[in-house]
Amino acid sequence: SPRNPEQKIIKRVIALEGDIIKTIGYKKKYVKVPHGHIWVEGDHHGHSFDSNAFGPVSLGLLHARATHILWPPQRWQKLQPTLPPERKPLHREQE
Amino acid sequence: MLRNGLGKAFRFLGYTVQYGCIAHCAFEYLGGIVVCSGPSMEPTIQNSDIVFSENLSRHFYCIRKGDIVIVKSPNDPKSNICKRVIGLEGDKVCTSNPSDFLKSHSYVPKGHVWLEGDNLRNSTDSRCYGPVPYGLIRGRICLKIWPLNDFGFLRASPNGHRFLDD
Repeated sequence: SPRNPEQKIIKRVIALEGDIIKTIGYKKKYVKVPHGHIWVEGDHHGHSFDSNAFGPVSLGLLHARATHILWPPQRWQKLQPTLPPERKPLHREQE
Repeated sequence: MLRNGLGKAFRFLGYTVQYGCIAHCAFEYLGGIVVCSGPSMEPTIQNSDIVFSENLSRHFYCIRKGDIVIVKSPNDPKSNICKRVIGLEGDKVCTSNPSDFLKSHSYVPKGHVWLEGDNLRNSTDSRCYGPVPYGLIRGRICLKIWPLNDFGFLRASPNGHRFLDD
């Protein structure tokens, strides 16, 4: 976590470097993600401590990618890498 | 004959994997040798000096003001930069250049550090890209190994005036 180095937080990647996105509750309405950074958000908007609070996150802080939920057994599933349609970036930088 | 050869090959592979794991753990958690390049830490560290960095301080969260640290670059996660810690979280730092008439100050946010090179005139550091998250710190430089005529612990910062006392 950018605010607390002892803590790890789990969020969804909404935008990569170069993308311009509309923010929810951030100090700037539109943000272009700088080079070497990503924009992360929790799925529960408004109740999540994510990039809308602390801004874009440097890629060096990325620890791992969550692929599956293992416990409790009734929630055993593969985590789908889907982007909610209303959170799509406004302008995607073409590679 | 072939079975002997295969047996030797597998044993060799086993040893290589073992040593590889131990070396990886050592570099990740203990420390390693680093070759520095660039002019931003002169005169303390010159271009192509070899230093020893230890990673224990970062895991135990005892990086101090004035330490020279190796940090993953905030704008390019594949490269590392070597700078001095000028301020820890909550410290007041001077964000303006020494040549500016009006000095501006700001406070280092929680979970971040303020880095500056010793060669203030030729260094891109926190004055350029802002405070750096503590999680990007990889290790603390404790010893200079090469050149031999400069072997030993690193000197204090030549820019003592950049450290603002609370």
